[in-house]
This record gives sequence, structure tokens and C-alpha cells, in this order.
Amino acid sequence: MSISIEGITKNFGSFQALKNISLEIPDGQLVGLLGPSGSGKTTLLRIIAGLESADEGRILFHGEDVTRLHVRERRVGFVFQHYALFRHMTVAQNVAFGLDVLPSRERPPAAEIHKRVQMLLEMVQLGHLADRYPAQLSGGQKQRIALARALSMKPQILLLDEPFGALDAKVRKDLRRWLRTLHEEFHFTSVFVTHDQEEALELSDQVAVMSAGKIEQVDTPQKLYAQPSSRFVFDFLGQVNVFRGERSDSTLRQGDAWVRLPDAAGATSLQLYMRSHEVRLQTTPAAHAHLPLRIESVSLVGAEVRLELSPVGWSSEEPWEVGITHAQFNTWQPQRGDQCFAVPQVAHLIEVDAHTPHTLRWEAGEMDDPAAMI
Amino acid sequence: MNRSLSGLLPGRSSQPGKRVLPGFALSLGISLFFISVVLILPVTGLIAHTAGMGWDQYWAVITDERVVASYKVTLWTAALASVINALVGLLLAWVLVRYEFPGKRIMDALVDLPFALPTAVAGITLAALFAQDGWYGQYFDLLGIKVSFTPLGIIVAMSFTSLPFVVRTVQPVLEDQAPEDEEAAVSLGASDWTVFRRILFPAIWPALLTGIGLSFCRSLGEFGAIIFIAGNMPYVSEITSLMIFVRLQEFDHAAASAIASVVLMASLLLLLAINLWQARYLRRLHGR
Repeated sequence: MSISIEGITKNFGSFQALKNISLEIPDGQLVGLLGPSGSGKTTLLRIIAGLESADEGRILFHGEDVTRLHVRERRVGFVFQHYALFRHMTVAQNVAFGLDVLPSRERPPAAEIHKRVQMLLEMVQLGHLADRYPAQLSGGQKQRIALARALSMKPQILLLDEPFGALDAKVRKDLRRWLRTLHEEFHFTSVFVTHDQEEALELSDQVAVMSAGKIEQVDTPQKLYAQPSSRFVFDFLGQVNVFRGERSDSTLRQGDAWVRLPDAAGATSLQLYMRSHEVRLQTTPAAHAHLPLRIESVSLVGAEVRLELSPVGWSSEEPWEVGITHAQFNTWQPQRGDQCFAVPQVAHLIEVDAHTPHTLRWEAGEMDDPAAMI
Repeated sequence: MNRSLSGLLPGRSSQPGKRVLPGFALSLGISLFFISVVLILPVTGLIAHTAGMGWDQYWAVITDERVVASYKVTLWTAALASVINALVGLLLAWVLVRYEFPGKRIMDALVDLPFALPTAVAGITLAALFAQDGWYGQYFDLLGIKVSFTPLGIIVAMSFTSLPFVVRTVQPVLEDQAPEDEEAAVSLGASDWTVFRRILFPAIWPALLTGIGLSFCRSLGEFGAIIFIAGNMPYVSEITSLMIFVRLQEFDHAAASAIASVVLMASLLLLLAINLWQARYLRRLHGR
């Protein structure tokens, strides 16, 4: 079932939580709403569910206007961050709740409810816990029960509010994978809220990045990461290295550092944004860039070696971070305090007061002999 | 490494069995002493007073016809007053927790008034209000209902003095109740009434029952507020507390103590029963 969000506005007193939000969620997709706290993502999710009402705008399910429809009638599955399991009921009673409260005409016989509940519990691999009380379960188990309960009414739309936010890293990863499988198996349309970029990028078909009540960008995770459409998205999606400078002719300069731009842009005050994988390090400066850096720390944990660097003879608000492979690390053996030079390969140019980046690529010919690279 | 580290620590903190939090012995000692002086000593005194009587005498005093009639009056009026308080108190707590309205804080403060007000003052005020020509009494009179000098008056006085018990025990539990539980239930298709019956009520039920129990026990022992409005007619509107007072005025201390011990026993047993039941219920919620 597709979801259309049309011009939703929501105020809490004088605070504008959502500003004219429009979003199309195609049938069967898993869409992440990503943003910092206070960006309005949970409010939007609650408006889709009908737990909150919008001041303006419409919500449509499969082309049908449900804006005025009560939560009860919207038939969505909703999963809360803190599970919201009924403490005084057993796991089985929790899962059966939706079926139990059906009007007697529509309610299946007790034996069938029991069978459905068992099936749902098997689906979340917790059939053996049917008679336990929620207080006896771990966080991950509780959230799986909450999911089983949300799915008990066979909803075509599943909404999840920071579903893994309260869980530890390992359980989170398991549940993420498991939600993805579940989604593929049952073909419902899912929307989930998260403030974790990694989670959003890993799990979603599409991610809507939100900031201060507005949607900044809606795209597939790949496009979002490679081509952020605004400075906010850039900053929010992972570590970024910034070089701010003044342009004269085709050279961007700040202190001792400079970068030669492949094409001359209009403004003079410019910023270059570079992801850590878009920068290389070498021990001598390149022909098109002179960005001296000192190594502040070396972190060997993970798939690549991460170096934290501070500018030498120029400045940046945040330290730089660049990743090199373990093989490169072994041949180079960089130490804390060593000096090196950053060589941008792809960079995103943003005028200081502007919003949208412009991607720059240096052709192989403009760059140095690859042999000089580490 | 291990040895050098432990050498740095002061010796006494590594003593086995030593508590980390200080002051246990002192604070427990003071608490026990206070409880003994304020609670247990008077109770022992009460029993000591009755100890002079033989069993037969004791039994005769507490089963005296007029006294038994007073038990009945006290019990059923206290029961009714507690039921009324359960309903009104729950509603009041609900309104105070769930809604925002002007004057909410004043209303919240007013709930405690029966605790703060001397019960005799409450008694005189109620008696005046419900007298046949009083502000309220005249309208009740038109309906043919007599409040003053009847058991109905006793119920009114009992409800007044013990209302805060229900409100104040239910209120914090209702405040702690996460709105998500109700939202989850509604999103699963439950009606408002079902949500109340199956989600909210089970959560506040232990607190409500405690409130009702406290309210009932308080009503059993209430004296000041009731005697002014009850009329104190033997066999009709005479409460047990008054019987104690009457025996005292006859300088029959032993008999007064004997009747008092019955009230005390009833209250203690009821509170104990509620506590036991509640502990069992809460154990389930907390998974122990």
C-alpha cells in the first residue's frame, strides 16, 4: 500500500515541528526517516499513523484520503521505541491483543487466535516464551514481541519509531537484518524513524533526511551518500573534511594551503567538502593541491586504518579524518606527529553562503604520477 | 600488578562484608526506635489495658449488643464511603493527571484539604451544611432525603475525610503510565473503553486498591468529623469510635481498650491482606 504525504504542517504552540512536508512512499518500500532529534521525524511518523493530527495537509493510503481517519481505522502496525508491551499480560496475550479486542462478529474462535499467536511467535523465533511476562525478557526479545504484536492484524503498513534505538550494538545489527528479511517476506510498506545514519543507509530502499521540520533530500542510500544535495545532508551523513578558502583565478587558498580548481567558479569565498574516501594521503605535495597535515592519531580497528589529522599552516573547524588500507599502512608506517599531504580526488564545492554543492573531479592528467601516492 | 593496586587502597574498604553505603546501623537504629515509641508502644499499652480483663469479660464487652450494632453501622458506612471515594477519587486523579485546565493547581492543592483540616472543623461544617435548613440540607429535605443525624451523614463525613487517600495513591501511578501503551492498544483496534478496561485499569488497580484500603481503615477509625453530623443514635447512627469514647467517659478504660483493640485488629488485618496481595501482583509486573 503506497503512502502519500501532501503538504503536512504541524505546530506545537509557537514551535513549527513540520513545515509543508510532502513525500511519496511507493508500495512495498522500506523508507527511513533520518534526522537529528527535534527534526520532526517522529512527529511525521505519528501523523502517518494517526496518533497525531496535522494542522494542514493530507495523508493518503493507496490514493485514499485517511487524514480524518482515526488510528483504530487506519490499520497500521506501529512499533514503539520502548516496546510499549502490556506489562500485566503474558507474551502470548500481548500478541493476541489485537485479535482479542475485535468485535465478536469478526473475532476468530479462541483456538484459531491461539494458532495465529503461535505462528507469529514462531516467526519472531520466540515461541518458547509465550507464557512469560514482558519484564522477564531482554530488550531485543521485547522488541521482537512488539513487532509480532504489530503484525498480528496483518497490516499493509508498518511504522517503526526508532525501533532499535534502545538496544545494544550487536542486537541492533541482528534485528536490522531480521527486519529486512521480514519486510521482503511480507511485502508491507514500512517507514521507520532513526537518528543513526548507518542504520538508515543499510536498511532503507530510500532515505528521507529531515532537518528542522523540512525534508532536505529523498534518495536511495547510494545517491544520498555520493551526491548530497545540501550542506546539511553532507554534514549529517558521516565524517567530512572541509577546506575553506578564498579563490583567486583558479586557486583556492588559505594560509599555506591551496587547491587548484579544475573549473573556475563565480564566488570568491568557497568551501571544499571531501569524504574521507575521496582524499588520498602522500608524503609529498601534489601538483593540484597543497594541504599539509600532521597525524594526530592512528586507529587500527576495523576494515581500514583511520588517521585523524590536523592542519599545518592553515586551519579547519574540525580535524580531518582519512582512511587508508591496512596494506598502505604497513608499507608507509605512519606515526603520530608525522607530516603528510592530502590529495583530493573528488570534492564538493559549496559557496560559503550557498546551500547546494557542486561536485568537482580532477582528471588523471591533472594529478601527479600515481607512483608518488602511498 | 594486582598486589600493588590493592596496596594503594585503604585497608578498611576491602574488608569483606563491609557495606559501601555508610550509616546503615545508625539510620536503622533511629527508625526502629521511632517506630517503637510512636507505633508499637501504644499498641502494647492498649493490649496491656485489656489484659486485666478475663476472656469472658473481654468477649462480653466487645459483643455487647449496642457495640455490635455500632460495628455494623461503621462497617457498612465505611464500605460505602470507600466505594464512593474509589469512584470519585479515581475520576479526580484522572482529571488532575490527564487534562490541562485553568485552576488545576488549586484543585490539586484542595485535594489535601481534608488532611490539613482538623476533623472536628470538618464535622461542624458538614453538620451545618447538611442540617435541615443548611445550604445543602434544605434541597435534600425537598427531595425527602435526610442527611444529618442518619447513617447517610456518616458516609458523607467519611468520604470527606478519606478522599485524599485514593487520589494520592492513584495519581503517581497514573502519571507514570506511559501513553505509548494506550497508543499501542488503540493502533491494534481497541476501543476507548477496552483500553481503559484492559490496559489502564490493570495498571492502576493495585494502587487503587491500596487507596481504597487506606480510605476504609481511616473511615473505620474516624471520630471528629462524624460525631457532629451523625446524631449518634444508639443502634442507628452510632459508630464504634464513639463507643470507645462513651466507655472512656464512664471511666471504663479496660472496656474502651477492648473495643479499640477490635478496630485496630480489623485495620491491621485488612492492610496486611492488601499488602500481601499487592506484593504478589507487582512481582508479576516486575518479573521476579
